[in-house]
Amino acid sequence: MIYWQIFLAFFIPGIFGYGGGPSSIPLVEAEVVDRYHWMTSREFSEMLAIANALPGPIATKMAGYIGYMQGGILGLLVALFATIAPSLLLMIALLSLLLRHKDSPRVKKMSVFVRPAIAVLIGILAFEFAFESAEKIGGWKTFVLAAVSFYLLEKKKIHPLYVIAGALLYGAFFLS
Amino acid sequence: MKYVQIFMAFFRSGILGFGGGPSAIPLVYKEVVEKYRWMKDEEFSDVVALGNTLPGPINTKIAGYVGYRVGGWPGMLIALFASVVPTVLLLIIFLTGLGASKDKPWVQGMSAAVLPVVAAMMAALALDFMKQAKSAMTWKGLILFTGGSFLVLQVFRWHPAIWIAALLAFAFFSGTAREQEQEKER
Repeated sequence: MIYWQIFLAFFIPGIFGYGGGPSSIPLVEAEVVDRYHWMTSREFSEMLAIANALPGPIATKMAGYIGYMQGGILGLLVALFATIAPSLLLMIALLSLLLRHKDSPRVKKMSVFVRPAIAVLIGILAFEFAFESAEKIGGWKTFVLAAVSFYLLEKKKIHPLYVIAGALLYGAFFLS
Repeated sequence: MKYVQIFMAFFRSGILGFGGGPSAIPLVYKEVVEKYRWMKDEEFSDVVALGNTLPGPINTKIAGYVGYRVGGWPGMLIALFASVVPTVLLLIIFLTGLGASKDKPWVQGMSAAVLPVVAAMMAALALDFMKQAKSAMTWKGLILFTGGSFLVLQVFRWHPAIWIAALLAFAFFSGTAREQEQEKER
């Protein structure tokens, strides 16, 4: 019974959440807090605060943690399965179809038409992260940190691992 | 060996991806296109495009699909495991053991300092995709499609999934007579 509830609680946000994991947060909250009362909304926002400070996809972190608290390891697996599987299977089916027709001029045109939109979409995300950062640490620091990171990543071709580690150290010592 | 590579690619992009799944797209790109060369630029942008039109978390859709393309069903499971499980465990450990540390100023400093890096990685990927788009169309087409997408997404605030689906449908049905002829011959 509990496993079925866990499945539903994460299946619904997974299948209705367009725009990636972060956009499904309110849907997860509706299930977990409002419908099943597994957490209070205060507990939920505390969990979210920590989840946001840690790396990794947010949707699966929430699902894994809540599933584990409600149903142990099996609950964790059920919650992850419900979050990931439905949309992934759809993705694999559609892309396999696309790959089979990849030489068709029509399919080629589809990917040409969509490419500028993806560039714009990712560009908008870049600005959103920059604005969020500017709110937290101010515009100048954001600009300098972003410019230095861009230079190191793109011009010096330094692996993101070192740039991110550097930023974490900087944050721990100078932004605390 | 292949499975180890799949694991490493998605372990790294998962554990370094601060700010939720979408912020890890540039990291996944680095692993999949630049380091291991499993896919070309164009295919990767198709995967991101389709991932955006379908519901559900974007990161696991990309990881699962790339894993499947490279290593079949086992590859898919390994990619998912690597991108999801380490960070879930981290969250469980933090919440059940070290709950108090989130209020420590140095933890907040760390998560703030990483945001500009994410912004820079996103900007670099956007530029890459723009260059790629340019290689397949004229300047006029590029300006039209880029400007149009910006207007629709940022000014009219359409949902990205709807706009991408509209573009795909338009491309599918708008073939010229000659293109449809070619299609029939195949």
